[in-house]
Amino acid sequence: MQTAKVELIGISKNFPGVVALDNVDIAFQPGEVHALLGENGAGKSTLIKIMTGALSRDAGAVLINGKPVELDSPAAAQAVGIGAVYQEVNLIPSLSVAANLTLERQPRRFGFISWRKAAEDARVALKRLDVSIDVERPLGSYSLAIQHLVAIARALREDTQVLVLDEPTASLDAREVERLFAILRDLKARGLAIVFITHFLDQVYQIADRITVLRNGRRVGAGPTSALPQVELVSLMLGHELQAVEERRPPAEAKAEGEPVLSVKELGAKRVMAPFDLELRAGDVLGLAGLLGSGRTETAKLVFGASAADSGAIRVDGKPVSIRSPRQAIRLGIGFCPEDRKREGLMLELTVRENIILALQTKRGWLRLLSAAEQEKIASDMIRALGIATPDADKPVGQLSGGNQQKVILARWLVSNPRVLILDEPTRGIDVGAHAEIVALIRRLCAEGMALLVASSELDEIVAFSTRVAVLRDRRKVAEISGAKIERDDIVQAIAAP
Amino acid sequence: MRLDPPAALQAPTRRPAAAPKFSEWRAFWPLLALALILLVDAFISPGFFTIRLVEGRLYGSLIDILYRGAPTAVVALGMAVVIGARGIDLSVGAVIAIAGAVMTELIHAGMSAPAVLLATLLVSLICGLWNGALVALLDIQPIIATLILMVAGRGVAQMIDAGTIVTFRSDFFSAISTGRLGPAPSRIVVAAAVYALTWAAMRRTALGLFVESVGANAEASRLTGIDAKFVTISTYLISGVAAGIAGVLITSDIRGSDANNAGLWMELDAILAVVLGGASLNGGRVYIFNTLIGVLIIQSLTTSILVSGLPPEYNLIVKAIVVFLCLLLQARPVRQAVSGMIWAKRT
Amino acid sequence: MSILKHMLAAAVGAAALAGLSASASAQTIGFSQVGSESDWRTAFSADMKAEAEKRGIKLQFSDAQQKEENQLKAVRSFIAQKVDAIIIAPVVVTGWDQVLKEAQAAKIPVFIADRAVESDPSLFVTRIAADFNLEGRLAGAWLAQASKGNCNIVELQGTVGSAPAIERKKGFEAVISLFPNMKIVKSQSGNFTTSGGKEVMESFIKATDGLKDVCAVWAHNDNMMLGAIQAMKEAGLKPGKDVLTVSVDGVPDIFKAMLAGESDASVELKSDIGKYIYDVVQGYLKGKHDYPKWVLIPSDLHTPADAAEMLKKKGG
Repeated sequence: MQTAKVELIGISKNFPGVVALDNVDIAFQPGEVHALLGENGAGKSTLIKIMTGALSRDAGAVLINGKPVELDSPAAAQAVGIGAVYQEVNLIPSLSVAANLTLERQPRRFGFISWRKAAEDARVALKRLDVSIDVERPLGSYSLAIQHLVAIARALREDTQVLVLDEPTASLDAREVERLFAILRDLKARGLAIVFITHFLDQVYQIADRITVLRNGRRVGAGPTSALPQVELVSLMLGHELQAVEERRPPAEAKAEGEPVLSVKELGAKRVMAPFDLELRAGDVLGLAGLLGSGRTETAKLVFGASAADSGAIRVDGKPVSIRSPRQAIRLGIGFCPEDRKREGLMLELTVRENIILALQTKRGWLRLLSAAEQEKIASDMIRALGIATPDADKPVGQLSGGNQQKVILARWLVSNPRVLILDEPTRGIDVGAHAEIVALIRRLCAEGMALLVASSELDEIVAFSTRVAVLRDRRKVAEISGAKIERDDIVQAIAAP
Repeated sequence: MRLDPPAALQAPTRRPAAAPKFSEWRAFWPLLALALILLVDAFISPGFFTIRLVEGRLYGSLIDILYRGAPTAVVALGMAVVIGARGIDLSVGAVIAIAGAVMTELIHAGMSAPAVLLATLLVSLICGLWNGALVALLDIQPIIATLILMVAGRGVAQMIDAGTIVTFRSDFFSAISTGRLGPAPSRIVVAAAVYALTWAAMRRTALGLFVESVGANAEASRLTGIDAKFVTISTYLISGVAAGIAGVLITSDIRGSDANNAGLWMELDAILAVVLGGASLNGGRVYIFNTLIGVLIIQSLTTSILVSGLPPEYNLIVKAIVVFLCLLLQARPVRQAVSGMIWAKRT
Repeated sequence: MSILKHMLAAAVGAAALAGLSASASAQTIGFSQVGSESDWRTAFSADMKAEAEKRGIKLQFSDAQQKEENQLKAVRSFIAQKVDAIIIAPVVVTGWDQVLKEAQAAKIPVFIADRAVESDPSLFVTRIAADFNLEGRLAGAWLAQASKGNCNIVELQGTVGSAPAIERKKGFEAVISLFPNMKIVKSQSGNFTTSGGKEVMESFIKATDGLKDVCAVWAHNDNMMLGAIQAMKEAGLKPGKDVLTVSVDGVPDIFKAMLAGESDASVELKSDIGKYIYDVVQGYLKGKHDYPKWVLIPSDLHTPADAAEMLKKKGG
């Protein structure tokens, strides 16, 4: 495979009112994994969009083997060997895997698409990644992890020289991450340059050879991974020395006591989640730990009434209640931040303000509209309190970065003042700074006496904020660990136990 | 148009992209399209802008546009709400015919005029309920669900009329549709009242927020506790009643129920008006004022063609071309190019 | 109009002959009707049935519900029943040759009513229908007489491209072109609907500054004229007095308007045409074989003078 060095020199890009990239230099060497790091809004996405022809640059040049190239369309970028997989997998779930893999280069026979040939091509493409699945089935019927591998297979053509991966591991569990890394090492050995964007710092040290750090559109640091210890890296990314991230000790003593606010007995649904018990007291943070597919999201949704349970009983303040819909759960003072923000959380066309007041307005009913002044005050209070980065409250929430979108959903529920807040992967796909802020927020809410149920795939995070941890495996609650015993190793053991 | 002088003065000193600030105002492009059409009218028909009082009522082509546009405006306002919740109501034309037939039948049955009006609106409310139930409760796609009533509704109206054009005399209904309130034609007052009610429902209750929320993301709305079924059904109720009101205006206008033709293709004009107003058929936003401008664009176009003396064979093609140009003006690349030209001229 | 009188005379003569034969032996006639899509069509069907009963004809009536296949089926069943004659009011223009040949083979004469067919003319006896062009000419002739050949006219056309709109316009223009001082000053389509007629008329009123120098409104049907009359009244004009009106159809409401002095003339589109059709059919069965390929149904123009009588006849 012929491979090349790709250089970006002096790249600048302005959006109305924002400098997204300011004179950034970066070079991707063949046979290297190059981690591109930075907080949300640092300019990572803009940079890769320019590299892959999705955006035009205002200034600068792109050189391949020293020769300038014009990347004015995604096709042009592909033609010179740059392939990319975006964070939000942009494939079509209703089409078959084979159709997705051959979307704009269907093999033809007598002018008609040859689906047999397409299936063959698809199998070959997946074989390169050591994936063997039924390519005739719709993509949507596979797990997110498989979908991601299909997306990589799609980006990886015979002549690909640079592969850009934007948060490829965000939805993968540990085993799948290992598998992906094995594939990346293989590609690297074949001489590809790999651009790896992630917020998992451990993974950076596992796989990356070289790191470039962006902040506010500028390159603030670059070098071989070995020369950049984690603490220094984090400080580069955040621009200030951060103690919060390191301060990962569990809350002093679980002060949760008294009657449970919420208690769940034998709640379950066939083929979704085996019946389980949970108890939440004021001041509790119950962590839900487990691998991808262990039933974290399912547990959260059953408690919230978002999916239907076919067994079990729920009590709020000791009184039996029926929760058959989110509406009923919300009336009982329960809130829920879903894992899939775009699909289940946000109304992207609506403004930050409207998204924030929505849950409160729902509680008040449609006749008692919050006045413009009230809405304005609530929104601006929350924007300030959670540090949501937006020029004003009337910006459509779809234009915010992932971390800020997550804060908007959190704000929505905090405004409605729930007694129990369920958070499903609250830090997924957001940068280190926002991450730390959200962990701190969870601790603060707990200290203020709210009861929280938090599902997370990051063990360190669970250890950092939980007063108790429920461990899930294969859609079953297998253990509950509480008090001073919460240690990473215990949880790992509970997850791994046969 | 609210123009803040300091902002306008500051604009040029900023970055070029931010300069034509008022072009970012949502109503700017639809208003520009409307202004261009009226400008052409000024050339082809010198008396176009003359408004005078004839026998106590306002008289002139501009008044005609408002007068003729009133039923479409009423229907389009309801359509804007439905589309805001990511629905669509193809049945409005048929509901107009049903309302006309029911109203005519009841007048002939000797019912008092106000009772006829109430009963007619009740029937159109039921039509809306039918659509809403199909969409929200049976989960049928809106375009299919409302297609049922679109096709069957006209048949129902023809059945009520027994296949003929049934005419009637009613001072009450003539007053509503063709009479005047002071110097203003009363149907313009009716349309204005519907506008005010829609605005109040959308902006003075939380219904508008919920409609837009359901339109933007139905699943997220459910998880936020919004009763999406209730919201969806209420949009179709609003659209149904709006079509009923338009049916009363149209039927009273010709003093007869013409089941074959009343409201024919009105659903398309209404959808077009909403789209000309800048809304997306993917829902998420209800633009009430802009929808009204969309209606005025369509109606001023029709009135202009009639006044121009163009042979009727050209009506449709001229209409299609102008609508195409208006939609072109809404397309982002064209907007940017036009903004750029305006900007270049200013510097 | 002498042709018209001549034809009427011929028709009356034929009717007399037919009347004699009716009592002799009961004839069986099959009639395949389009459907019942309009008032006019329904009245036409009713008249065909009533007239058959009056003449002692056994009528096999078949409603095709506007589907050609139903019509072909009906005609074949008439052939199988060996009826004496077949009348077809065709749904569509083309596709008739095969079934007409089958009828010819069975020696059953076929008569076409109303709309035309495109087929070998030897396969059917004749078509019996009114003439849109004649309706236009009648309207034009009346207006020429009423305005003494001096008139600026505004025209409300029917649906663009439809046969009645094209032919009525042609016929009307053919007559007024004989008068140098008659001309159409405005013309637009009102789509044959009342609301269309009203809206277009409103724009004409604006464009001509209150119909200044306009002496007449000519509409391709009565419904549009009824809308135009409302528009004129709402603009403070007096239709029928300030402006002459002439239209086509003869619906009950136009006669009501005549009685109120708001309308001047309407050419009747007859629905009681059974007598014209049966006259030809029975005449043929009696042995008269020299019919032209198009037997015209006469068109009559009505004015306020006979409006009351017409209204009564129409059951209004």
